[in-house]
Amino acid sequence: MSVTGTHRPDALGRFGQFGGRFVPETVMAALDELEAAMSDAFADPAFHAQRDALGRDFVGRPTPIYHAERLSEVVGGAQIWLKREDLNHTGAHKINNAVGQALIALRLGKRRIVAETGAGQHGVATATVCARFGLDAVVYMGAEDIRRQRPNVVRMGMLGAEVVPVTAGAGTLKDAMNEAIRDWIATVETTHYMIGSAAGPHPYPYLVRELQSLIGTEARAQMLGACRRLPDAVVACVGGGSNAIGLFHAFRDDPCRIVGVEAAGDGADLHAQSLAKGRVSILHGSRSYVLANEDGQVVETHSISAGLDYPGVGPEHAHLLATGRAEYLGESDADALAGFHRLCRLEGIIPALESSHALARAERVAREVGPGGIVLVGLSGRGDKDVDAIAAREGI
Amino acid sequence: MELKRPALVVYLMASSDAPDLAAAAVRGGATAIELGIPYSDPLADGPTIQRAAQRALDAGMTTAGAIAILAEINRRVDVPLVPMTYGAIVESFGLERFCAEAAAAGAEGLIVADVPPEESGALRAAASANGIDLIHLVAPTSREDRLQAAADASRGFVYLVAAMGTTGARESLDVRLDALIGRVRTAAGGTPVLAGFGISRPEQVAAILAAGADGVIVGSAAIDAADRGGAEALEVFVRNLASGLPA
Repeated sequence: MSVTGTHRPDALGRFGQFGGRFVPETVMAALDELEAAMSDAFADPAFHAQRDALGRDFVGRPTPIYHAERLSEVVGGAQIWLKREDLNHTGAHKINNAVGQALIALRLGKRRIVAETGAGQHGVATATVCARFGLDAVVYMGAEDIRRQRPNVVRMGMLGAEVVPVTAGAGTLKDAMNEAIRDWIATVETTHYMIGSAAGPHPYPYLVRELQSLIGTEARAQMLGACRRLPDAVVACVGGGSNAIGLFHAFRDDPCRIVGVEAAGDGADLHAQSLAKGRVSILHGSRSYVLANEDGQVVETHSISAGLDYPGVGPEHAHLLATGRAEYLGESDADALAGFHRLCRLEGIIPALESSHALARAERVAREVGPGGIVLVGLSGRGDKDVDAIAAREGI
Repeated sequence: MELKRPALVVYLMASSDAPDLAAAAVRGGATAIELGIPYSDPLADGPTIQRAAQRALDAGMTTAGAIAILAEINRRVDVPLVPMTYGAIVESFGLERFCAEAAAAGAEGLIVADVPPEESGALRAAASANGIDLIHLVAPTSREDRLQAAADASRGFVYLVAAMGTTGARESLDVRLDALIGRVRTAAGGTPVLAGFGISRPEQVAAILAAGADGVIVGSAAIDAADRGGAEALEVFVRNLASGLPA
C-alpha cells in the first residue's frame, strides 16, 4: 500500500488554520523525531510490506463491505452498505493505527508505549500490538470509562498492559489523554506516545489519517467492484475522528456527500458536538474546535458512547467543516440506541455504540438520498464491549 | 523587564489570597512573582498546580478576574510580575486584548507553556506592542537549533526546564542540568537564564546558580507551603530558599 500523498498538512502541521503543535518544549524534539521516522517509514517499501502482511495475517484485512439489505428495506431509501471494521482483530478500526505506530516505535528504538483510551478499543489495540512486539504498554483510562467499558479493561489486563485509572475531571477520554501526555513529557526519551485518534500535535493527525486511510481506499475499490459506482454519501461517527478521516480521505475528491456524526448526548445541553457547537481553541496539542467556555476552559461533555465523549476533535475535520467539504451532524443517545437495536435485529450484527451514531444518521441520509442511491457507513467497531452497559440501562 | 540577579521567582495561582501570598513571598526574598492564570487542562503541570488551578476555577476565577488579581498584586509589591498560562486562555481572551489588559495590570513578562517559538509569531507581536517580554522555554531534550530559537525569541529571560516531566517538587533534577545551563547561557547572550520545574530546596538553588544560571523559579513547593500554613509559612519557605542565593 502506498501513501496517498494528497491533502497534506503544511510545514507547521496545519490543515488550513487548524492543527499545529501546541505542547510543552520538552516533547518538541520527540515530535521532530517522530515526523522524521514517519517520513522514512512511509518512503520505505519494507515498512509497507511489513504492515500489509500484518494487516492480512494478524488483523484480517481487507475487511468486507456488506449490503445491509433488510435494514435498507425497512428504512425505505437508498441502499445502506457497511464497511466492516468491526471484523478486524480486536473488534474495531483502532488496530490499523496501532500496528502502524508500533512499527514506527520499533524504528525509533522505543520499547515503552503510553496511550489513552476512551471506549477501551484503542487501549486493547495498543495492548495487543505491544504483546505482539514485546513492548511495555501503559494505558490511561478515565475511571468513568473503566466502569462503563469493563470488558475492555479485562482484555487489556490479559494482554499484559498496565491500565492506569484517571480520576481527574469527569474521568473520561479527555482526562485520560491529559495523563498520557503528562507521562510522555516525563518519559519521552524512552517512550512512544501511541495516540489513538487523528488528533494531538503534528504529526499525529496526519500520521493517524495515513494509517487509517486504508479503510476508505479499500471501501472505495470494493464499492466500485460491487456496485460499479461510488456511493452518494459516506457516513462515519466522529469523536476524535480517526475512523471517519480514515473512511473519508479516499472520497475527498469524489462527488459524494461526506457526513460526520457527533454525539448529541441527551439532545439538549449535554453532548459532545465539538464541531457543530464548539469554538476554535487549542486542546491536546492542536488548534481545532473545542467545547469550551468563552475563557477557553474546557466544559463537560456527555455521550452514552465513551469513544465519542470528547470535547475536542482532530484538526483535519475542523478544516473539512470550515471548507464545507464535510457536514457534521449529531445523533442523540436515544437515537443511537435505536440504531443499535435495528442493526442487531435486522442484520445480525451487534455494533459498537460509537458506530451506532453513524448508523442512526445513515438511516436519515438514506431517506434523503432516496431509492436508487447508495450510502456507505463506517461500521467502526463491534458492540461486545457495550452489551453489559446496554443491558443494565434497559433492564435486559 | 529588569530582573534583580540572582533572581528568585515565586509562582502563585491567581486566587483571592494571591495578593497576600505575593506580599509574603516578597518579604521572604522573592525578586519577581509569576502568576498562574488557571486552565482546565494544564498539560505542563503536575498534581500540585493542577489542583490549585482546579480550586481557582471552582471558586469562579476567570481570565479577567486573574488580571484583576495581577493588578492588586502590582499595588502591593514592587517586583516584576509575570503571568503564566496556556495558549487556549490567551487566544480565547484575544491575544491583543490579553496583552493590553495584562500590561495595564502591571505584567512585565508572559509565559505561555504550550506555545513554542514556531507558533508564537502573533503572540510575540501582541506582547511586544504592549511592552511585555514573551518568555520561551528550553528543555533538557531541546536540540541546539531549538535552544537557539527559543533563546532568540525570548525577551526578559529564558526559562530553562530543569527536570523532565511536568511541574512539581522532586528529589533530583535532570542529570544534564549543569551542561544544559552552560549551553543555554551561551545561546542566550545577555538575556538572563532562569531554571524552573522540580526546585524546592536551598541546596538545589545554590547548585543551579553555581552552574551559571541567573536565577530560579519555584512553583509547586511554594503552593504546598502556602497550602500548609498560609502567607506566614510561604514567607518562611521563601526565606529558607533565599538562603541558597549567594549573599
